[in-house]
Amino acid sequence: MEIIIMAMTSVGTLFILIAAIGLIRMPDFFLRLSVTIKAATLGLGFIMGGTALYFLEFSVTAKVIAIIFFLLITAPVSGHMIGRTAYFTGMKLWKGTILDELKGKYDRKTHSLTSDGDDPSERTPPVDEL
Amino acid sequence: MLNNYLLFGILPVLSISAILVFIRFLKGPYTLDRVVSLDFLINIGIGIIAIYSIVTDHSAFLDVAMILALIAFLGSIAFSYYLEQRGKR
Repeated sequence: MEIIIMAMTSVGTLFILIAAIGLIRMPDFFLRLSVTIKAATLGLGFIMGGTALYFLEFSVTAKVIAIIFFLLITAPVSGHMIGRTAYFTGMKLWKGTILDELKGKYDRKTHSLTSDGDDPSERTPPVDEL
Repeated sequence: MLNNYLLFGILPVLSISAILVFIRFLKGPYTLDRVVSLDFLINIGIGIIAIYSIVTDHSAFLDVAMILALIAFLGSIAFSYYLEQRGKR
């Protein structure tokens, strides 16, 4: 059992270390965001699994499942919000980026999204967002 | 065996990654970089708390980790929401 716990915590720590190195080394804000959110969530899931395997009690396992659930729910939501904010505030893309699919589809003033065929002038005003 | 491995193998690596993230927190060119690295710092803190609860054999520390997982989400949501509203007219 100790071997399994050591292996799980090692894998989780490696993922967190790789995410930290990526946060330092990546050239662009969006690349840094994607590196951080995904790899850190996976690494924390491994570490939490190791904790649950060490204690082997019902209450601890319930807490661990709650923590992993919170992380899996909240990481994509916060990542999406931060990326959306970055795109609105005009964050510069990396010079090697070859495709920006959102270019020209966001209204910079009302922050609403249009699809390809729409004429931006005929759009109905957006309902109140949260 | 397990305690020694966690104390001298795992926790230093987590600390090194926390230092790397803190460098990005200090020098990040935009505010959103700081928001992302703050989120990630709290995540590393959750990992350190979990490892520490194994080392000391107290499972009560996991409550703190659970609250931190919620607070980090609230913080990054609030920061990004208000930064987005700032550019809106």
